[in-house]
Amino acid sequence: MDLYRENILDHYKHPRNFGHLDGANVVSEEVNMSCGDKIRIEILLDDKMIKDIRFSGEGCAINQASASMLTEKVKDMSSDEIMKLELKDVEHLLGTTLTPSRVKCALLPLEAIQKAIQS
Amino acid sequence: MFDPKTIQKDFPQLKRKINGKRIVYLDSTATSLKPQSVIDKENEYYTKYTANVFRGIYATSEEATAAYEGSRELTATFIGATSSDEIVFTRNTSESINLVAYSFMFNEFASGDEVVTTVMEHHSNFVPWQQLGGERGIGVRVWGLDEGGLLNLADLNQLVTRKTRLVAVTAVSNVLGTVNPITEIVRTVKRLNPSCLVLVDAAQAVPHMPVNIGDWGADFVAFSSHKMLGPTGVGVLWGKRELLEDMKPFNYGGEMIAEVHIDRTVFKPAPHKFEAGTPHIAGVIGLGAAINYLTTLGMENVRKHEKELVEYAMEKLNSIEGLSYLGPNDSSIRGGVFACTLKGAHPHDVAQVLNEDNIFIRAGNHCAQPLHEHLGVVSTARASFYIYTTKEDIDALVEGIQKVKRLFS
Repeated sequence: MDLYRENILDHYKHPRNFGHLDGANVVSEEVNMSCGDKIRIEILLDDKMIKDIRFSGEGCAINQASASMLTEKVKDMSSDEIMKLELKDVEHLLGTTLTPSRVKCALLPLEAIQKAIQS
Repeated sequence: MFDPKTIQKDFPQLKRKINGKRIVYLDSTATSLKPQSVIDKENEYYTKYTANVFRGIYATSEEATAAYEGSRELTATFIGATSSDEIVFTRNTSESINLVAYSFMFNEFASGDEVVTTVMEHHSNFVPWQQLGGERGIGVRVWGLDEGGLLNLADLNQLVTRKTRLVAVTAVSNVLGTVNPITEIVRTVKRLNPSCLVLVDAAQAVPHMPVNIGDWGADFVAFSSHKMLGPTGVGVLWGKRELLEDMKPFNYGGEMIAEVHIDRTVFKPAPHKFEAGTPHIAGVIGLGAAINYLTTLGMENVRKHEKELVEYAMEKLNSIEGLSYLGPNDSSIRGGVFACTLKGAHPHDVAQVLNEDNIFIRAGNHCAQPLHEHLGVVSTARASFYIYTTKEDIDALVEGIQKVKRLFS
């Protein structure tokens, strides 16, 4: 399995929407203690729509690429639509299927985004 | 001296190919591979003399009992115990430590007493003390590392007081590889407080080097079968006979009793009073075969082989730019385990890329999160060696790391 395809490495090395968001009104943080992945999500939510989003933290390539791709995808999406996203959507973005040991890495950013908009 | 390439032939898993490529198994610190003789011995119990132990007055039960107790004798001899009555079979190292922790924390130690453990422990020798101690008002003090990354004997002067009832320390770190000076540690503890007990987690020591209980002078020693070529599901607790005799059982039930009446029960003497229920008979018998295998090689030779690998690995790994590993740079106090960080690549990714070439290493905090926090490292990629590890395996590891670097540069 060639997990480290070009687009994953590209998002890992050049993450989109990385950093902090001035004026963010919802924030969440998630940690995966077993491997040390950490993510912080900052969102500007307006009328249940994601107007802007940033992420920060550290993690493996799958984790960081997933965060980078997801932040691109969820911009201008509604909360209801985002709450419906699941593993297969993340795998679709990454362009690969994941083994059970890597599912957690890929899902952590989605969990953080969903937690933030529910808060 | 043995040749690891010849040894490899005894391990059926190493004959396996995945995607047409051989397996480079570098995770023996987590669990070792099993030689055919151990697999056959375990199978022998299931095919020839399956019966419960200590019960039947019939041939196969007597065979099973003799084989089960024979493993206890082999285990005792292997670690230099004076009697097989000092060998208790458990499920694993964690259970061996829990047995001691429960027995003393609930019956002997009182609020205000203290236990000392170290920051380099595996969770199995950390969490039982932290949790049971916390519940019962027993303080847990943590022995940290000095500037050189070692346990400093001088620190014991502050840590061990009249209140200290037990010191729990590992013989070899499963992350740093550090071989701790157990004999000196025990001597220092006993000088500071003669009634203080010492428990040694020997899970990474007994499989890899000669261990003589008498030389250490500790009160309890715990280790696991599955890290020393034996089956999973079997652990060992060695304890001083007089201590085991006085300790209350940890589990209650079948096998461990002498008499049961409506209103009272008389337990068997140690070690059987600690082995409630039908034990892992096949596993214990398999452990006996593992000990025979290691004894034939000679534990001095096992250590010598690993020391050579450590020296070879240090030289190779030190030449990789951006890579660093934890633990001492001295093969005389280092076992065959290298927990590494690589600049620009997360340990998960390192392990995943190596997996593409069937090079199996572990990524994470290796059940030693307090140590990783202490060192300020979130996680590491760990490669570890055993008797079947060759220099070619280390070369494959180095090549794999170069591949990771190319991918992530």
